[in-house]
Amino acid sequence: MARPYELAAFLVPHKGQTTTRLAEIVTAREGAKADISILKSRVELPWAGHSARYALPEIYETIRAHRMSLMFVNTRSQAEMLFHELWRYNDENLAIALHHGSLDVAQRRKVEAAMVAGKLRAVVCTSTLDLGIDWGDVDLVINVGAPKGASRLAQRIGHANHRLDEPSKALLVPANRFEVVECQAALEAAEEGAQDTPPSRPGALDVLSQHVLGTACAGTFDPHRLYREVVSASPYQGLTREGFDKVVEFVTTGGYALANYERYARLKRTPDGRYRVAHPRIAQQYRLNVGTIVEAPMVRVRLARLKGGALKPASMLAPSRVLGEVEEYFIEQLMPGDSFVFAGEILRFEGWRELDAIVTRAHTTEPKVPSYEGGKFPLSTYLAERVRLLLAEPDSWSRLPDQVSDWLRFQADVSVVPGPDEILVETFPRGKRHYLVCYPFEGRLAHQSLGMLLTRRLERAGAAPLGFVANEYALAIWGLNDMGEMVRTGRLDLAKLFDEDMLGDDLDAWFASSSLMKRSFRVCAIISGLIERRYPGQEKTGRQMTVSSDLIYDVLRQHEPDHILLRAAFADAATGLIDVGRLNRFLQRIRGRIRHIALSQVSPLAVPVMLEIGRESVPGEASETLLRETAEELIVEALSGHAQRKV
Amino acid sequence: MLNAKFDLMPESAPSLRSHILVSNHEMRPLAAGALYWEAEDTLLVADLHLEKGAAFAALGMLLPPYDTRTTLERLHKVIRAVTPSRVVALGDSFHRSHLAESLAEDDLAMLIRLQQGREWYWICGNHDPHLPTCIGGTVCTTLTICGVTLRHEPSENGLAREIAGHLHPVARIARRGSVIRRRCFATDGNRLIMPAFGAYAGGLNVLDEAFGSLFLRNQLEAWMMGRADVYPVLGSLLLPG
Repeated sequence: MARPYELAAFLVPHKGQTTTRLAEIVTAREGAKADISILKSRVELPWAGHSARYALPEIYETIRAHRMSLMFVNTRSQAEMLFHELWRYNDENLAIALHHGSLDVAQRRKVEAAMVAGKLRAVVCTSTLDLGIDWGDVDLVINVGAPKGASRLAQRIGHANHRLDEPSKALLVPANRFEVVECQAALEAAEEGAQDTPPSRPGALDVLSQHVLGTACAGTFDPHRLYREVVSASPYQGLTREGFDKVVEFVTTGGYALANYERYARLKRTPDGRYRVAHPRIAQQYRLNVGTIVEAPMVRVRLARLKGGALKPASMLAPSRVLGEVEEYFIEQLMPGDSFVFAGEILRFEGWRELDAIVTRAHTTEPKVPSYEGGKFPLSTYLAERVRLLLAEPDSWSRLPDQVSDWLRFQADVSVVPGPDEILVETFPRGKRHYLVCYPFEGRLAHQSLGMLLTRRLERAGAAPLGFVANEYALAIWGLNDMGEMVRTGRLDLAKLFDEDMLGDDLDAWFASSSLMKRSFRVCAIISGLIERRYPGQEKTGRQMTVSSDLIYDVLRQHEPDHILLRAAFADAATGLIDVGRLNRFLQRIRGRIRHIALSQVSPLAVPVMLEIGRESVPGEASETLLRETAEELIVEALSGHAQRKV
Repeated sequence: MLNAKFDLMPESAPSLRSHILVSNHEMRPLAAGALYWEAEDTLLVADLHLEKGAAFAALGMLLPPYDTRTTLERLHKVIRAVTPSRVVALGDSFHRSHLAESLAEDDLAMLIRLQQGREWYWICGNHDPHLPTCIGGTVCTTLTICGVTLRHEPSENGLAREIAGHLHPVARIARRGSVIRRRCFATDGNRLIMPAFGAYAGGLNVLDEAFGSLFLRNQLEAWMMGRADVYPVLGSLLLPG
C-alpha cells in the first residue's frame, strides 16, 4: 500500500467534516520477493517504437518453457500487433489467445473460459485482465513495454503464482531503449518494495449529481439527511452544504443563472420539504443512463467480403460480421485504402456504411498500425524521477545493457544528455515540417498540457505549429516554420516560451478551445444526466436527436463559465488530462536552465517521441493555413480545366 | 536548403474567390454561416433552430438555455455588418413551432429589433411548419427571387436553381495528417445548400447519402467556414465521415 491511511479513511463513514475516522490497519508479513528479470535480448534493441517485435522469438521460447503465460501490454494496438506477430512464429500451434476491451464480448468470454480450463499456453492482454480476478494457473507474467508505475507492475506480477510464500515470476520486455531505462528503474523500485499508487481525488460533482437523481428515482429524499449521508463518505467529506445544494439545483433545473427551466424541473418539492422525480419518464431516462464509465464514441468495425476480389466502392461490398469496435476519432483519421491491425487481422478501411466502418481483409504485411487510444496510464511521478536520475548520472549507465548506454553516449556526442535539473530543447527539420523536441521527463499528462500551452505560445510567435506528440519522457512539437532559426535570430525567446506565466491566461484560454476539455466535458455531461448515452440502434436518428456536447460546451462556457458542470469538467481534466501541479513544479525547476541545441536531423534521444502515437491537433491559425492551401489547390485545378468544363 | 517560408506559405498566394455563383447570380458567403446576395441586398440564413435547448429541456435534458441568445447575437452581428434590406430565414428557424410563442422576453425583443427597417421572411421548415404571428415577419413556404427559389428542403429536381437548408452540411478534408471538419456551403453552381446557423445545430457530411443526387458530383464545391474567411474546396478533395 502506498498510502494506507487514505484507504483506511475511505472504508468507514465519517461524522462531519472535521473528524476523520480510520479503519483498523493490519500489517501483513512480507511475502516472498518476486523473481523479476529484464529480457536480455541477443538482438539489437529498437531505437524507438512500442511493438517489441525484436523480442518475439525470445518471448516465444519463454512461453514454450512455461505452463501458462500472461502477457501484459499497455495499449490495444500493441496487443493486436503482438498477437498477430506471435502467431507468425507459432510453428507448434501453441494455444495463444488475445484479450482486450474492444473485442466482441462473446469472444472475450470464450478466452476467459479457456484460461480457467487451462487450455491456453499464453494470453496477450491489456489492462482488461489487470485487476484482481484470478484467471487460471498462470506461472509467468510477461510485461511488454513500459511498466509505468511500481505499484502497477507489482499488481500485474501478482497474477503469477498466488501463494504468498512462493515468488511470482515475471519477465520485463522493454520495447525500446527508453523503456529499458524505465524497466531498470521499476525493477530497482520493486526490489525496495516501493509503492506509488496515485493519490485519490475528492468526489466528483457529476457523479454526485447522478447519485442525487438516482436517490430521487428510488423514492423521495430529504435534502438534510441526504447531505449528512453524502459527507459521511470520505471522498465527499469536504463538500459544503452550499455545494450540495448547488448539485440538487443542477439536478432539478440545470442550475443555470438564467432560470428558464422551472416548468421543466426534473425534481419536485413535496409539502414536507422532500424531493421526488417530476415524471416517471425521468426515472426511465435515469435507468438507461446510470453508470460512471463513459466510453469514447465508438464505431462498429464490420468485415465485408470482396466479391470476385475486385476493388469496389464501399457501397457495393457485402457486409458480414462485426469484428468489434474502435474509437470514432481513430477511424475518422483514416483514408479509404489505409490498412490497420484489428482483431488480430490486417484490415483495409474501405469506407462508411451508415455508422459502421466497412473493412476488408488486406493482403499486405506492413499495416499502418492503429493509433487509437494510446497508453492510458501515465508514468508515475515516482518512477519518472528514478528514470531522470538514472539518465543524468553517466556512472549509473553501467547498470543498463551496453546497447542502451552506447545510445546515451551517442546522444551525448551528437547533442547532449540533459542533466538532472536542466531541460534540453532540440530543433531540427524533418520532411516538410520543423520540429522542436524537449525532454522534461515529467510524464505524459504534464507533457500534453505543456504541449497545448507551448503550441499556443508558438502560434503567437508566428511558428505556425501544427501539432504535437507527448510521451512519458519528451514532447515534440511540429510546425510550418523553422523554430531553431527563430531562436537563432531572436524572434523566439525560449526563456519566455517556458515561463511560468503560461499557467495563467494561457492555461485559461486553452480551455476555451481544447478538445481535451471538450472530451472531459462530454463525460461529465453524460454522467450527470445532462445528455444521454448513445445506444445501439439509436445511431441512425442520432444526429438529429442529440446535440453535440461540443456545441453545448461552447455555449455554456460563453454564457456561464462558472457553471457546476464546467467546474466538474475542469476538476476531471486537472487530474485526468492535465497535470498543472506537476507542470508548475517543472517550470520552476528549469527556470534559467534551458539548453537549446539546433540540429540538422533527429537526435538519438528524439527518436522515440517522434514515433509516438496519439496526438492533439492544434486549432487556430494552423488549420486556417491548411484550409487556405486546400482552397488554393482548387484555384490551381481551376486553371487546369475544371472551370472551363463548368461553363 | 529550401526556404521553408517560401516553400510552405507562399506570400504571393492567389487570393480566395469571394463569391459563389448560384445560377449565375453572385452570392457572398460569410464566415458566420450566412449568405449575402448583394444585388438583391438580401441576407440568407438557414436552420437557426431557436429554442432547441428548451425543446430538449421539455424531454428531461436540461441543456444550457443560452442557445437562442447565442444564435440571435451571431445573427445580430451579421446584420449589423451588412445591413441588408431583406432577411430570409430558410426554415427550421425554431426547433418546435409552439416554442416560438414562449420565447423569453428579451430574446423576442431582440428578434423584433433585428427586423426593424427591413423585410423579414420566415420560410417554414419541417421543425416549424406553423409559426405564430408574434415573432413578426412574413411566413411563407417558398420564396422566389430573380428565378432562384429559396426553400427549406431541397427539391427532388436535380437541376433546380435553388437555395435550401435542412441538411446542415459539413465538409472534411485531410491535409498533412491533420483532419479539419467545418460547416460549409455546398454547391454545384445550380443549387446551394446553406450551413446550419443555430448554436445547437449539428452537421452532416456533404458526402452522406442524404445529399444523394442533389449535386452534379463533378462540380461539387464545399465552401468551408474558417475564422474570418470562407474557403472554397473542390468536391474531389473531400473526405466522408
